[in-house]
Amino acid sequence: MANTDQEILEGLAEIVAEETGLDKADVLLEKSFTDDLDIDSLSMMTIVTHAEDKFGVRIPDEEVKNLATVGDAVSFIKGAQD
Amino acid sequence: MGLLEGKKLLVTGVLTDSSIAFHAARLAQDEGAEVVLSSFGRQMKLTQAFAKRLPVEAPVVELDATSQENLDGLADAIRAEGFDRLDGVVHSIGFAPQSVMGGNFLTGTWEDVATALHVSTFSYKSIAVAARELMTDGGAVVGLTFDAQFAWPVYDWMGVAKAGLESANRYLARDLGPEGIRCNLVSAGPIRTTAAKSIPGFATMEDAWPTRAPLGWDQTTAEPAARAVCALLSDWFPATTGEIVHVDGGVHAMGQ
Repeated sequence: MANTDQEILEGLAEIVAEETGLDKADVLLEKSFTDDLDIDSLSMMTIVTHAEDKFGVRIPDEEVKNLATVGDAVSFIKGAQD
Repeated sequence: MGLLEGKKLLVTGVLTDSSIAFHAARLAQDEGAEVVLSSFGRQMKLTQAFAKRLPVEAPVVELDATSQENLDGLADAIRAEGFDRLDGVVHSIGFAPQSVMGGNFLTGTWEDVATALHVSTFSYKSIAVAARELMTDGGAVVGLTFDAQFAWPVYDWMGVAKAGLESANRYLARDLGPEGIRCNLVSAGPIRTTAAKSIPGFATMEDAWPTRAPLGWDQTTAEPAARAVCALLSDWFPATTGEIVHVDGGVHAMGQ
């Protein structure tokens, strides 16, 4: 089932918060996973995998490197659901 | 009846669904085995997520292969998941700091080399010994190597660790053979797993492989290596131990 951008952002923020211990409110569209949220490659793999399960999409490895910001991830997930 | 019907197996080293161990676990379940996975530390959540993507969700026990405490508790942790014995163990564990790979053979420090050997070589013995008390009816230990007869571009001290693993496999075969435990390695060609992609310059190792292999080689699938792992876990290699089975398209047998 397709989610709205806001629902995807909220779901992703929960996953990021669970993995990193960050506050959900800090996970904003413009934040960079590496530079702002300090997420390393192992955490990113974990986040991507949980996002796949939560939103029912596949995010190929070669696509993950293109997901620089939280907004990039929300857009990709939205596109993959449509 | 499946190849591994009724077998109870510990499969280490499942990180994602690109892992050779993931496909070994998947095929083993398809062939009738019950599987318990192990993982540790920050990797645990990722392993648990992929454990749910197996045909049957597998339990995951904590095992840092360098922690004596974890090793001492392994048998009880596996029993707690409802496994009263083990018939096989898949060792798919290796790690070397970047400072001792990627062309850093001459500059790597002993401390970092020691880490590589502890995780990638010594753990083969450690895990087999830790699992031994559950392997009451014999069984099979299967590990994964990358052909250590040669020096490869960028593999450096990980290659030395694999040479040690190949030797350790022979000694383990010698010492566990009287208990009916077979010890064998699968020597796979390059596969684009998470572990492989962490090797700086991995592409230089995989590029020529498909053209050098008489059977050709597909770096994108772990299926052939996983099938060999399952075959070695099965009762169809009853008198084979201390062996290395090459699953590399035939590259190991070729000259230049």
